[in-house]
Amino acid sequence: MARFLLHRFYISILVAITVSVIAFSLLRLSGDLAAELAGEDATEDEIALIAHQYGLDRPLYVQYFDWAKNAVSGDLGRSLFTNEPVAEMIFERLGVTIKLAFYSITLGLILAIPLGVLASIKPNTWIDRMSLGLAVFGQAIPNFFFALLLILLFGVQLRWLPISGNDTFAHFIMPTMTLGIGVMPQFMRLTRTGMLDVLDSDFIRTARAKGLNPMRVLFKHALRNAILPIVSLMAVVLGFLLGGTVIIESIFALNGVGFLAFESIMRQDFPVVQSIVFILSLSYILLTLFSDLINAQLDPRIRLG
Amino acid sequence: MLNLTTENSENNQADEFEIAVPSPPELMKRRAKSHLGFILGGSVVLFALIVAIFAPLLAPFDPYDQDLTRRLVQPIWHPTGTWKHPFGTDALGRDYLSRIMFGSQVSLMIGFFAAIISAVVGSTIGMMGGYFGGRTDNFIMYLINVKLALPGLLVALSLVSVFGGSIVALIIILSFLFWDRYAVVTRSITQQIRVNDYITAAQALGASRTRIILGEVLPNVMNQIIVIASLEMAVAIIIEAALSFLGLGIQPPTPSWGLLVSEGRSFMFFKPYLIVLPGVAIFFLVISINMMGDGIRDITAPEGRN
Repeated sequence: MARFLLHRFYISILVAITVSVIAFSLLRLSGDLAAELAGEDATEDEIALIAHQYGLDRPLYVQYFDWAKNAVSGDLGRSLFTNEPVAEMIFERLGVTIKLAFYSITLGLILAIPLGVLASIKPNTWIDRMSLGLAVFGQAIPNFFFALLLILLFGVQLRWLPISGNDTFAHFIMPTMTLGIGVMPQFMRLTRTGMLDVLDSDFIRTARAKGLNPMRVLFKHALRNAILPIVSLMAVVLGFLLGGTVIIESIFALNGVGFLAFESIMRQDFPVVQSIVFILSLSYILLTLFSDLINAQLDPRIRLG
Repeated sequence: MLNLTTENSENNQADEFEIAVPSPPELMKRRAKSHLGFILGGSVVLFALIVAIFAPLLAPFDPYDQDLTRRLVQPIWHPTGTWKHPFGTDALGRDYLSRIMFGSQVSLMIGFFAAIISAVVGSTIGMMGGYFGGRTDNFIMYLINVKLALPGLLVALSLVSVFGGSIVALIIILSFLFWDRYAVVTRSITQQIRVNDYITAAQALGASRTRIILGEVLPNVMNQIIVIASLEMAVAIIIEAALSFLGLGIQPPTPSWGLLVSEGRSFMFFKPYLIVLPGVAIFFLVISINMMGDGIRDITAPEGRN
């Protein structure tokens, strides 16, 4: 176990360092950031002055180490646009995005698990086809289009729900529906496959032969085993949702991290963009590390293999 | 899924009566013919391909031709609609049917090339990792982990904002987004088959590593690559549409379906067809590619379906 842990930590740290370098270089690839910041009719001198003010005239690796050193102590720099501390900007908005991601995963699971279980106990029937059809639908519909359709229906036609902002729970309903439908298919397929495998195994046959209540066999014996991979997938999907909410947050004007990232990309506010990319990567690394550790704890084959 | 029963009964017959078992290509043809999803999906994809290739001949109007006297003409199913513009016109008086037809070029081109380039890159990386093992493999696993940790959509948005939204730039940026799944799958299959006797035999014959990877390993992973490619092509089309919708993809006046939805958004409360038509086009193309991809998997490797 110790060796497994050590190796896993070592990889995570290596990946985190690489990701920080990539996040740092993303918007700097454009070349002359100072010229861009100075505006179109800036003179050479003005550009040089701005480059000096922002420290952009120093070698890239010096800038990186400077940023990384400050980042470790929690200082992510200031926004070029609003001059607010980046760390504050991000953490102020992280709540909205986490809420949205949490609601969406919950909705995805509420739809996916019962459908997946039903599909697996009645394979190749109408219920199986219907849940697969729903999964295919969820995978194929572009979320920005689905969001607009929901706005047309619930916001404009029926006037049930607010179409922008994040003040109340009602503001989260349409965004949650959009993202929930999007993540549902993966969970559904995984539940169905997992259940089909488990239901076919010997211990289920034994449990049934013993005359146990079929419901008990299904939920206590089968689902419990089939649910393990879902836990790992949840970590991946959560990581994906934290960065994947850009589109939905900007459609519904939810003031979360995705919206902030989108605005900052549009105005080349690289201290904000690099920090968001880095923080999201870091949360993905931690989430998967955490779920791997849980799995290793649950399954001795992983930690000893 | 659909052909399960016929296939089993074939096998049973073969066992009982010792009828010659059909050759694999013959079997695939049979499975393809009875696979409803594959036929349906394939037909729609073929249709979209024909529309895309022959758009200059088929489209009734030039998709860039503005006519401000004919702004926001309603589509044919609206009482005021005419056959002159069956899908109506947009806010600049451009024929919407023509714009949607030309839009299929953008979607198919970006989806296809992004899937192909990421397939080549990802599979090469994956097969190398699986075949060489050791340090090479560790390095490749590290690359895959880095890729997975990055928030793909945000990275793509940043890159497009830096490099601009040309079709070529989008293809390259999207390829960077998709190579990892090919790498993961080809790596694990390669690991399984590299211990086989025919690989050892090729090594004993003195075949070069390149030759073994291309001649012995690649044919074994090709099925999987094609299946992943079809699914990734669908995702690439959605992401291109999303980027263009956000204004960070294809730039106006080029008709991309995502861009059409975004342009129609300001009018959607009064002219919903402006967002519904391109949105439905994306949906149908993507669902058809997915059905075709699932079909290819069922047909070429029925044991792997679930």
